[in-house]
Amino acid sequence: MNATFKIWRGDANNGAFREYTTEISEGMVVLDAVHDIQRTQATDLACRWNCKAGKCGSCSAEVNGMPKLMCMTRMSDLPLDRPITIEPIKAFPVLKDLITDVSWNFQVKKKIKPFKPRPPDAPDGTWRMQQEDIDRVQEFRKCIECFLCQDVCHVLRDHQMHDRFIGPRFLIYAAALEMHPLDTEDRVEELREAHGIGYCNITKCCTKVCPEEIQITDNGIIPLKERVVDDYYDPLGWIWRGRKKRVKG
Amino acid sequence: MAEYETFEHDVLVIGAGGAGLRAAIEASAAGVSVGLVCKSLLGKAHTVMAEGGIAAALANVDDRDNWKVHFADTMRGGQYVNNWRMAELHAKEAPDRVRELEAWGAVFDRTKDGRILQRNFGGHKYPRLAHVGDRTGLEMIRTLQDHGVHQGIDVHMERTILTLLKQDGRIVGAFGYDRERGRFLVFRAKAIVLATGGIGRAYKITSNSWEYTGDGHALGYRAGAELIDMEFVQFHPTGMVWPPSVCGILVTEGVRGEGGTLTNKEGRRFMFDSVPENYRAQTADNEEEGWLYCQGDKNARRPPELLTRDHIARCIVREIKEGRGSPHGGVFLDIAWIGKKIPNAAEHIKKKLPSMYHQFKQLADIDITEEPMEVGPTTHYMMGGIRVDSDTQMSRVPGLFAAGECAAGINGANRLGGNSLSDLLVFGKRAGEFAAKFAKENQHGAINTTEIENVAREALRPFEQREGENPYTLQGDLQETMQDNVGIVRTEAEMKSQLEHLRKLWEQASRVGVSGNREFNPGWHTALDLKNLLTVSEAITRAALERKESRGAQFREDYPEKDERFAKVNTIISQAADGSIQVRLEPVPEMPDYLKTIIEEMK
Repeated sequence: MNATFKIWRGDANNGAFREYTTEISEGMVVLDAVHDIQRTQATDLACRWNCKAGKCGSCSAEVNGMPKLMCMTRMSDLPLDRPITIEPIKAFPVLKDLITDVSWNFQVKKKIKPFKPRPPDAPDGTWRMQQEDIDRVQEFRKCIECFLCQDVCHVLRDHQMHDRFIGPRFLIYAAALEMHPLDTEDRVEELREAHGIGYCNITKCCTKVCPEEIQITDNGIIPLKERVVDDYYDPLGWIWRGRKKRVKG
Repeated sequence: MAEYETFEHDVLVIGAGGAGLRAAIEASAAGVSVGLVCKSLLGKAHTVMAEGGIAAALANVDDRDNWKVHFADTMRGGQYVNNWRMAELHAKEAPDRVRELEAWGAVFDRTKDGRILQRNFGGHKYPRLAHVGDRTGLEMIRTLQDHGVHQGIDVHMERTILTLLKQDGRIVGAFGYDRERGRFLVFRAKAIVLATGGIGRAYKITSNSWEYTGDGHALGYRAGAELIDMEFVQFHPTGMVWPPSVCGILVTEGVRGEGGTLTNKEGRRFMFDSVPENYRAQTADNEEEGWLYCQGDKNARRPPELLTRDHIARCIVREIKEGRGSPHGGVFLDIAWIGKKIPNAAEHIKKKLPSMYHQFKQLADIDITEEPMEVGPTTHYMMGGIRVDSDTQMSRVPGLFAAGECAAGINGANRLGGNSLSDLLVFGKRAGEFAAKFAKENQHGAINTTEIENVAREALRPFEQREGENPYTLQGDLQETMQDNVGIVRTEAEMKSQLEHLRKLWEQASRVGVSGNREFNPGWHTALDLKNLLTVSEAITRAALERKESRGAQFREDYPEKDERFAKVNTIISQAADGSIQVRLEPVPEMPDYLKTIIEEMK
């Protein structure tokens, strides 16, 4: 069976959808089709990929308008009676074809205060942690940095507030650090000020597209927002902070 | 004149998986300036796909474990052609390297008393693999990446190195291009660490991504380093076989570590029928004992599904060839059966093997908590690579270091699962440390601009012959023929015919043509990678021909047994003055008595 694709081709200056037809076999994913087209019809078609198993987060694109990992999107889940559109993600500038400039994300991460553990618990320099105390952090650390959550976040996608808001990926990153049982750093002020957590209005679009099914909003962003509120808008908190440096929970 | 931008670092690390990142961190901590070149984006290297865990004798789960047992396991798994010193250092230092990751923020699964949990894996006598579900590689690369970026390392993403530059025999830099714009780049460096990973793209069925084209192997070889053990290509026994588009994707050994069984279409656990003599004493002889081992019973021996990868892969091939395979040409791997043994098995499987659950559900419509998977061997790992000094990781080229999969020695004829991630950490650290030391003791050298001109001209030639050979077609041809002729089962006749075929492919590769321009052009990148793939393919074939026996990952149908004449030799590959590939045999370094004693004691 054949399928028709409309793949966006172009660069930062201009571009357009181009149509390709390729044969579909059982079990195929969208990335397979893109590779077939690349091999036989458009050898210079640019797309990122690595693991082809949903583990590296490289092949993010919008398939029929939905943010997806191309390697985990089955052709059998798409309607083949009309062309399937594939285009680059929208929150970042296009470099070429399906590739965008995601370097901003790497710069943002560098600005978040790094992990700072408490002194080791045992004389041999190791720590003790209970599994139930790290389940939540492990959920956040499943993130494969595909940036699909950044792509659908309206603060970044529509309002382009990249200079004021770090986006769901890095709120989850900050949450993983803040909720890490060994970490002693305090990131609440930077979350409120430089990282703009207040711009998130909890529409949960990020959670819906996460291929790792991380509960970004409920388990990560909302608890972080609560910490900010506790620290900055709770009158008792003001007094408390005035007297004593905040102790992490 | 080719235009290029120049960067200057004391140490340049090529490759940003576990070994490259760990080397960069160590060199940077030693106070030298460090550049880190990644072929993809940072954090996407193959380490991210490692699933099962990091082997280290922490003895958190079984206090009988220690470095000596780990050392003996590694040597036995490698059939004693390993570099004993590397195996010793690896076993001794791996625990510290794992604890260090925890200090940098890694969050491993825990034991009941709150320490790092360890799981069973093939060839390891005790539960030894520190892990995070089945996404240990992601945890490791993210921890190293997030720690490294705060150290002032200059990261050069999506750049590829075409050649290493030397002056008076010593390394002085590297020349390459950026994928985004196709611009040429010169990196001046006092020392270089190669950490480019494997060669999996030389084969059709592989768990490796597009990046693994043997770049470090070929760059090092052309710069004058030697390659050893190139005949030993690891075919992981369990890759997905169905549907066709996912064929080769890895299914972690962790499935078997958690109690998963291998069965043929008759429902027989065929691994019980073929336990090698040197593993008989430590392998269970009935199903119940094997299960008890997986449940942590210290008196039980491990099930035969946890024998070494080389052996299991061959047994699977035998079952398929003799008509006892699964419908799609594999065998069955069953974890769902543990439902008969434990309550809430489905939840347990999802917790311990979440990405396997996800992968099969999404790509093959299989619920692994309810039905068996179909699996078969897939090209996974390269034991062979750049010959390095065991302690410093320096090759015979002054200033050129190598670590991780592109270096060789520690694994011998077969790598144990879990020893790769620990190898990356132990020897990545050592390479970074000694590269920094070398850089401090040496000055920058002069760059040979004529050489750069030549390499640049050669790199751009595909644009001048646009109607030439399709790079993807050539790569596909190479993969198909390597799979058929130098795969799991090898014969002299097939390998000789492959050498002939490689000669033809070399010639075709010189006529490769690409369309489009230099900006992010995968066709061009594929064309440029061909040279490295052809170099390593030829090295594998020649080394495999030279070893006229079956040992570890090398199985010769024409020499099906182990042969004493090859029991203590390595194959060494080097480039002759006329540019041809030379292969010779060299004795394995003699093991000191204290290590021989350990091996005897552990037998």
